[in-house]
Amino acid sequence: MKLVDIIMQYKDQPGGLIEALHAIQKEYSYLPEDAILETARVFNKPASEVYGVARFYSMFSTTPRGKNVIRICESAPCHIAGAVEVIAALERELGIKIGESTQDGVFALEFTECVGQCQATPVITVNGKPYFDVNPTTITDILAEYK
Amino acid sequence: MADEMRILLRNYGKIDPLKIDDYLAQGGYKALEKAKAMSPADLIEEVKKANLRGRGGAGFNCGLKWSFAYQAQADQKYVVCNADEGEPGTYKDRLIMENDPQAVLEGMAICGYAIGASKGYIYCRGEYPQVVEILNEAIEQANAKGILPGFDVEVRMGAGAYVCGEETALIESLEGNRGEPRFKPPYPPNEGLWGKPTIVNNVETFANIPVIVERGADWFASVGAAAYPGTKIVTLTGDVNNTTFFEVPTDTTLREVIYHFGGGIPAGKKFKAVQVGGTSGAFIPEANLDTPIAFDSMSQIGAVLGSGAVFVLDESRDLVDVATQISKFFEHESCGKCAPCREGTMRLKDMMTKINQGQGTAKDTALIEKLGRVMSYSSLCGLGQAAPSPILSTLKHFSADYDAKMM
Repeated sequence: MKLVDIIMQYKDQPGGLIEALHAIQKEYSYLPEDAILETARVFNKPASEVYGVARFYSMFSTTPRGKNVIRICESAPCHIAGAVEVIAALERELGIKIGESTQDGVFALEFTECVGQCQATPVITVNGKPYFDVNPTTITDILAEYK
Repeated sequence: MADEMRILLRNYGKIDPLKIDDYLAQGGYKALEKAKAMSPADLIEEVKKANLRGRGGAGFNCGLKWSFAYQAQADQKYVVCNADEGEPGTYKDRLIMENDPQAVLEGMAICGYAIGASKGYIYCRGEYPQVVEILNEAIEQANAKGILPGFDVEVRMGAGAYVCGEETALIESLEGNRGEPRFKPPYPPNEGLWGKPTIVNNVETFANIPVIVERGADWFASVGAAAYPGTKIVTLTGDVNNTTFFEVPTDTTLREVIYHFGGGIPAGKKFKAVQVGGTSGAFIPEANLDTPIAFDSMSQIGAVLGSGAVFVLDESRDLVDVATQISKFFEHESCGKCAPCREGTMRLKDMMTKINQGQGTAKDTALIEKLGRVMSYSSLCGLGQAAPSPILSTLKHFSADYDAKMM
């Protein structure tokens, strides 16, 4: 679907701006500058306002990133369950630091706060799908699903 | 010893959440029918009498809140379900929505009838895309059966902002804006979504409504603690044997939650601290474990019931390290609108990091106490007001952990 068509779906929805940004990000994995400008035009808002909304929410990215977004929870229950070791293992396995993407554009690695799956900590999500009781040895299999 | 009592999770495991016929077979939507046979004023009186208090953390009398929106004159009113469950260690709303989505819709529809609203929104956090799908399917099925005449419900998805759990920030986000809290008053029941009278209630609050209507206010008021009746879903995390959820009457004590339901502390270790209500709650020492998990009893010991999350730490845990991690959370989640919270959460994190690295002095803890006090009364919303609480409570009850790390 063309960018403008994605945005137009939400034009007449009251408060539909955030839904439009979700839809754009689903397509591109981030919010390109062109898309923000186009959204501003369609919604008849200043680009600064749309950019301000995009930057407010942690799930939106305004810089290019890998296709599969891995997010690791750093809230207290995951922290004491060993999230730090999982972070180190992910960084080692992917060869990148938190906040970076792999060169081939396959993975992005980010922090998140609690994802509400605290029955099985530590938790990571890949493109929103949660993985439970993660430890440094289970990471390889999880990543393999997306390679 | 106390038993579980499943009111909110009455259909858990008994129905297919994606089959409305299953819900109907369990007596679903009978309460809506019963509610509509009452006048809105009588219905609100019944909810008020049940003394159901908001389950999102603020504990306000639900019927009283509804009465404000009922009295407000407007061409349009809104019912909003707060499903922005972001309090770390909490997943009760997800449990309800995943397992019994129709109960939430029924509660919202009853509210809509009571206050005179024809439109409802469910604001579901962006971290729960699978729940959004379940809710949309549930709405579609209810509409296909014509069960919600004159009441239209839409689901909107958040995008990762803890502050949007605050009701005016949530409203801003629904309107498509940055999720920054508004100045109050006016309160949402008078001026909320797009300036119209709006009831924002938590998922758990709405899920209680059909039961109250069906079984009556007197019955509900007789369950659990008198001042905060009903049940509470608690989610256990940390150093307990059963890191799972339970629904218990509100007169259940913390000790029962941890040792009876939670099965105690693993590996023969001793209890050290418990944080109730999520990451914004206070840490509670052993001496206060006989406190019931009700709103007022938790306030009396300087803690909060909050979302009902129960995070247990054993004797091996370093509370300075845990509180430092929590201070990072608040620095990240502060929306930046008001200075006490924006600057305060940053300074708290800086000082806690310094102490956690063994570089702190008594001067830092004195400053933390002063700053925490100022933030608690000068921040615009609950986020900044509560952010110092985990730190201040650990300083108060677990000062030995701080002493051990001082320069």
